[in-house]
Amino acid sequence: MIRLFANANYDFIKWRRWAYALTGAIIIPGLALFLVHGLNYSIEFTGGTLVQVHTAQPIGTATIRGALDAAGIRDAEIQEFGDPLDYVVRARIGQGAVAAGSTEATAAAVDSALAHALGAAPEHYRIVRFDAISPKVGRELQGKAFLAIFFSFIVTLIYLAIRFEWRFGLAAVLATFHDILTTIAFIRYLNLEVSLVVVGAVLTMVGYSLNDTIIIFDRVRENLRKFRRQNLYEILNLSINETLPRSVLTHGTTMATTVALVLLAGEVLRPFALVMTFAIFTGTFSSIYIAAPLLMYIEKRWPGQDARGARAFRPAGTAAPEPRAPQPQPTR
Amino acid sequence: MLFRTIRSRLLVTGALVVGSVFALKPSNSIQRIRDAATGRMKDTTVRRVPISLGLDLQGGIHLALEVDQSKGPVPDCADAISRAERVVRSRIDQFGTTEPVVQIVGRCRLVVELPGEKDPARAKGIIQRTAFLEFRITDMQNLFRDALPEIDRALRVAGVRAPGQAEAGAANVAQLFGADTTKGKKGKAPAKGKAAKDTTDLNAPGALSSLLFQSPLNMPGEFLVPEEQVPVAESLLARPEVKRLIPRGIDLKWGTELASRGARAYRGLYAVQDRPIITGEELEKATARRDQVTNQSVVDFVLSRSGGRKFERETGRHIHDYMAIILDDRVQGQPPIINGQIGQHGQIELGSKPLQDAQDLALVLRAGALPAPLTIVDESTIGPSLGQDSIRDGIRAGVVGVVLVVLIMVVYYRVSGVLAVAALTLYIAFTLAGLALLGSTLTLPGLAGLVLSVGIAVDANVLIFERIREELQHGKLVRTAVDEGFKHAMSAIIDSNVSTALTAGILYLVGTGPVRGFAITLIIGIGASMITAIFVVRTFYMIWLQRRPDMATLSV
Repeated sequence: MIRLFANANYDFIKWRRWAYALTGAIIIPGLALFLVHGLNYSIEFTGGTLVQVHTAQPIGTATIRGALDAAGIRDAEIQEFGDPLDYVVRARIGQGAVAAGSTEATAAAVDSALAHALGAAPEHYRIVRFDAISPKVGRELQGKAFLAIFFSFIVTLIYLAIRFEWRFGLAAVLATFHDILTTIAFIRYLNLEVSLVVVGAVLTMVGYSLNDTIIIFDRVRENLRKFRRQNLYEILNLSINETLPRSVLTHGTTMATTVALVLLAGEVLRPFALVMTFAIFTGTFSSIYIAAPLLMYIEKRWPGQDARGARAFRPAGTAAPEPRAPQPQPTR
Repeated sequence: MLFRTIRSRLLVTGALVVGSVFALKPSNSIQRIRDAATGRMKDTTVRRVPISLGLDLQGGIHLALEVDQSKGPVPDCADAISRAERVVRSRIDQFGTTEPVVQIVGRCRLVVELPGEKDPARAKGIIQRTAFLEFRITDMQNLFRDALPEIDRALRVAGVRAPGQAEAGAANVAQLFGADTTKGKKGKAPAKGKAAKDTTDLNAPGALSSLLFQSPLNMPGEFLVPEEQVPVAESLLARPEVKRLIPRGIDLKWGTELASRGARAYRGLYAVQDRPIITGEELEKATARRDQVTNQSVVDFVLSRSGGRKFERETGRHIHDYMAIILDDRVQGQPPIINGQIGQHGQIELGSKPLQDAQDLALVLRAGALPAPLTIVDESTIGPSLGQDSIRDGIRAGVVGVVLVVLIMVVYYRVSGVLAVAALTLYIAFTLAGLALLGSTLTLPGLAGLVLSVGIAVDANVLIFERIREELQHGKLVRTAVDEGFKHAMSAIIDSNVSTALTAGILYLVGTGPVRGFAITLIIGIGASMITAIFVVRTFYMIWLQRRPDMATLSV
């Protein structure tokens, strides 16, 4: 029988300050970049035109750039898409010469520029995808994406407050907020294109990370009832250790699918799959190092009934307790 | 606890499996679509898999349209967009697509989805063309009916000799005749008993006249064609020798509505004058109401001053004639009879028909009267090859991901892992069946959601198995450990799944198109995963423990 991390007894909480430093080192530069440069929004959000072409020969972006320049489209973004036969041309509204309402004109110009440079359509190149989105629709979608993330927070907070207690809910939601920050930093570092599907991935990440936090909190809830003499610090460590095998297994299986999606599912889904892969790391990390210490902090600030026996845990400043023997004695 | 016995649990599981298989069984259905090459309608058998693919997987055109407000605001955009919807709907069979979607989204936006359509310019042209409404008097002198024997004769000549015809054309005609002799005999049954029998009986069945039946109202100029014969009739009417013989001053127009007589459906074919007595430009207003006194559905309409004068003159000449209302070359509904001279204000009585019909007709009139220019706010065209690539890549990634998950589970949890994997296959079947039952479409993000959910779905099993291991380690007996394991893992499973479902639900509410598909897949997946992990795996354990009651160690 294979057993991973069975009866583990790591003092996770002790290392929390290192963890804060690590996550700060990821988030702060990422957010700084985000504030300076913003994100690479897809045309769904900005409005604009996207043309994906499949060419018969690997012609390179320079050829396409030249063809578009000759046609007077100077601000389009050209990208190789997966392999050297596929290219994506994006012309966002609000950039340079791309005026609102000119989406169709842009598409026609791209088509004729390609035909001019590469030869007639079906033999030398094919337009396999074409999107034209007006800025109005883009603005609507931006609002909707924001609403979605906002409401998912509110609804989860309410659910957790009902099922657990508001202290748990707050800690879980703040941990998830941390995950959104790290994910934004991640998206910024890789300069992933933020499309609707990526927003969907961020929301799924929210669900997944909450899920992970809840599994640990569920154990905390149970252990708080079981071991009334233990302080919260010890209960948290115990609960994290007890759920460790599950975390490893579930993250393993989920990672198997997201990595398969990253490597095999093609260019369109890759940003989604990358964000989801990252979500597994940040979700696991935040459940242990953000949600749990936050719960401790909230509990200290606003002591509640739920932690009756755990109220006497050490103040955050004092030294961590000795690693505890793995046989906690139930009361009575 | 409900379902205490193994037998009842197996019954429930079996019922779910049978239900899923039933929900996923492909079926054949016959649909009429316009053949892209010839422009004719033809019957096509569509093998319909109950989960339809989204445009991003199937290829096709998605258009979102709004009323053009750039040349001044449109006061009532909701009315304008419903008129536009009516017009687009009536043109939809011009596309070679089996499952078009025409839908009003929100208040003032019209979404048109044309799976399989490849030419965006043509699609936009058809959709954005201004609607054209006209009133025409039907063929009151029965000129067309009288010309039918001549046409039949000409067809017979062409069919036998086919001089100067392309081979394909000749073969086509021969085939048509073959079909006609049988169909003609069968088709005559509903028309039997009519006093005024058309020319069919005079000679051997005529190629065209055998397809046309007199309407039961005996309205001059109206013919009924069995729905399945419409493509044949259409191709016959398009032949040059037939066209030549259609009397001068007469046009043939198809109706929009299907009339059913007995078990068969018929489409109206109308012989109308080639000159409209009035067009939509002269129409100013049309409203539907229910007459309080007679309790009849009525459409009131108002014409412009000049239109009223013209209409008064024309209707004065055509009292007791039938007037076809033609929108975009299609006769809308049953042509009403003109009871007297009508001026600027007129009304169309629909008798005892429901008010809905009157409202629909009023909408038709307004659609032709007040053209609503549409602008495209969102357009996307996906080539079929891209969709196929996406499916292929998505399935490849899915298979690899699932195989890895299976390996991890079986290696780590051994026999229990095998049980979990068996439950996982049921999970996939239930999820797909759920998608089919909700009639949702599978999009590319949905496919990704499905793959991802397989990885997440085993979480419930992992929680349970880990818990069982803990209980065993505490020295519990196998049977107790299993019971306790399921019991204690339950709250974690429920809380974590419900919170995920809540975020997915929000994603569904605010999302559009593909993202919605993703959210639905996720929600159904969560439900299916809870059923399989908690209920089905528990059942497997019960069977296992019953067979080996003295089991001292558990393979978990």
